[in-house]
Amino acid sequence: MELHVAQALMWIERTNEKIQENKEYLSALDQAIGDGDHGINMARGFQAVIEKTSSSEYETVSDVLKDVAMTLMAKVGGASGPLYGTAFLKMSMSTKGKESVSQEDLAEAVRQALEGMKQRGKATEGEKTLIDVWTPVQELLEQSEDLQPEEIKKTAKDAMEATKNIMATKGRAAYLKERSIGHLDAGSVSSYYLFESLANVLEEGN
Amino acid sequence: MKKIVNDPNQVVQDMLKGLVAAYPESLKQVPDTTVVVRKDAPVTNKVALVSGGGSGHEPAHAGYVGAGMLDAAVCGETFTSPTPDQVFEAIKAVDGSAGVFLVIKNYTGDVMNFEMAAELAEAEGIRVEKVIVNDDVAVEDSSFTTGRRGIAGTVFVHKIAGAKADKGGSLEEVKAVADKVVANVRSMGMALSPCTVPASGKPSFELAEDEMEIGIGIHGEPGIERKTIATADEIAEELTGKILEDMDYTSSEVAVMVNGLGSTPEMELFILNGKVQDILAEKGIKVYKTFVGEYMTSLEMAGCSVSLLKLDDELKELLDSESKAPAFRI
Repeated sequence: MELHVAQALMWIERTNEKIQENKEYLSALDQAIGDGDHGINMARGFQAVIEKTSSSEYETVSDVLKDVAMTLMAKVGGASGPLYGTAFLKMSMSTKGKESVSQEDLAEAVRQALEGMKQRGKATEGEKTLIDVWTPVQELLEQSEDLQPEEIKKTAKDAMEATKNIMATKGRAAYLKERSIGHLDAGSVSSYYLFESLANVLEEGN
Repeated sequence: MKKIVNDPNQVVQDMLKGLVAAYPESLKQVPDTTVVVRKDAPVTNKVALVSGGGSGHEPAHAGYVGAGMLDAAVCGETFTSPTPDQVFEAIKAVDGSAGVFLVIKNYTGDVMNFEMAAELAEAEGIRVEKVIVNDDVAVEDSSFTTGRRGIAGTVFVHKIAGAKADKGGSLEEVKAVADKVVANVRSMGMALSPCTVPASGKPSFELAEDEMEIGIGIHGEPGIERKTIATADEIAEELTGKILEDMDYTSSEVAVMVNGLGSTPEMELFILNGKVQDILAEKGIKVYKTFVGEYMTSLEMAGCSVSLLKLDDELKELLDSESKAPAFRI
């Protein structure tokens, strides 16, 4: 399992497609327990990312990830901008100097992204945020030998679905307390799209 | 959705153009940003105040830019906190070398974006301090949650910290007085109808004809309780009661703010204020000054919030001092 520049770009393109297709669904999820702007913000951010990456030339995966980070930070706003921006920035820093990204490198990049997001959002696992999707994916990447992309997809999906039964204690949904139970966390769903797209790209690369 | 807009995705840029054109003598926009600053920014050797947040809360925050209040307001997308680069542009535009003070409402996104901007500014050698406003008593203050939201009481922070900076207060002094306001201000709101964010085109939640939502924030998000609509007096009792339960105002002097959320007429706000004043009088709480009107709205949401600020001599003097901000002239 290797990630090269072309695949990294494909990963971002696929993620953008999922986000654009599900823009209204993400906003509807957010509307139930938050303020309803997650889909609008993510769609605006990823649209800008695609405009940036499709008009640039890249030599390393790290440079792709850095442009994604800077664009998301500058275009998304809300809580998702700093969180996804931080995640991609940390992944960029973690993969700096590498010609191609192995599973081991990816595990380390995702670990650093997760740490960065926890710090930025002062959040931890079990609070009904995207951390609840990133954590099991990171553990899977780190622990599995000869990982099949399908497993990434399944792990992210299960984790995303599990956020439905969590009572929110972070983010705007936290104000609703018990009323947040029974709703999926919008950030976890967009994170699932990110990992689903990654898995699809890795699958095609094998 | 029935709104006076052009492209729903361009509402912030379109609004800023018209806003600055409405107050050409006091405001200017920093080119290529969503930052509105005082016409004479940066003011040398004065601590500069920067606030902001999502758009859709007009006159907050740009209406509070002016001598005696904010030096800059950063306007995010509708109900979405501005991004760090924009906040950083605001900080750079108003820094008069005495430091920059950030007034942040306690929403996860606002806190993160402003903190990232503060880190960028500090890396460039600009001194930055901040206060996080959390006046909303509707949500429980517990270590398990993100804490309380910042709502209309934020305007008192802008006014008083702005006055302190205007009088030559140092960055530490401005922070100290802002902290004092935050410690003494409490608010609570309610809604009769939702609002529609232009880019989504749909109402933020649904409320039956005979229902009201108690304990809402200012982003069209659901509140803490939904119930059958009550009279103005009962609403005043519920909102004021919750505030008085939270903080002891016995024998103190207060400033009152009865804030409309965008489509509640002044008539109704005055009706509500009448009862709020009665309740305070009954409790022996002396009202020093009252503000009734739209200070921090949620687009066209119908509803209101009540804020009480406990005053001492310093806060009274700063509340009374001159402000040239278009939406808050004293």
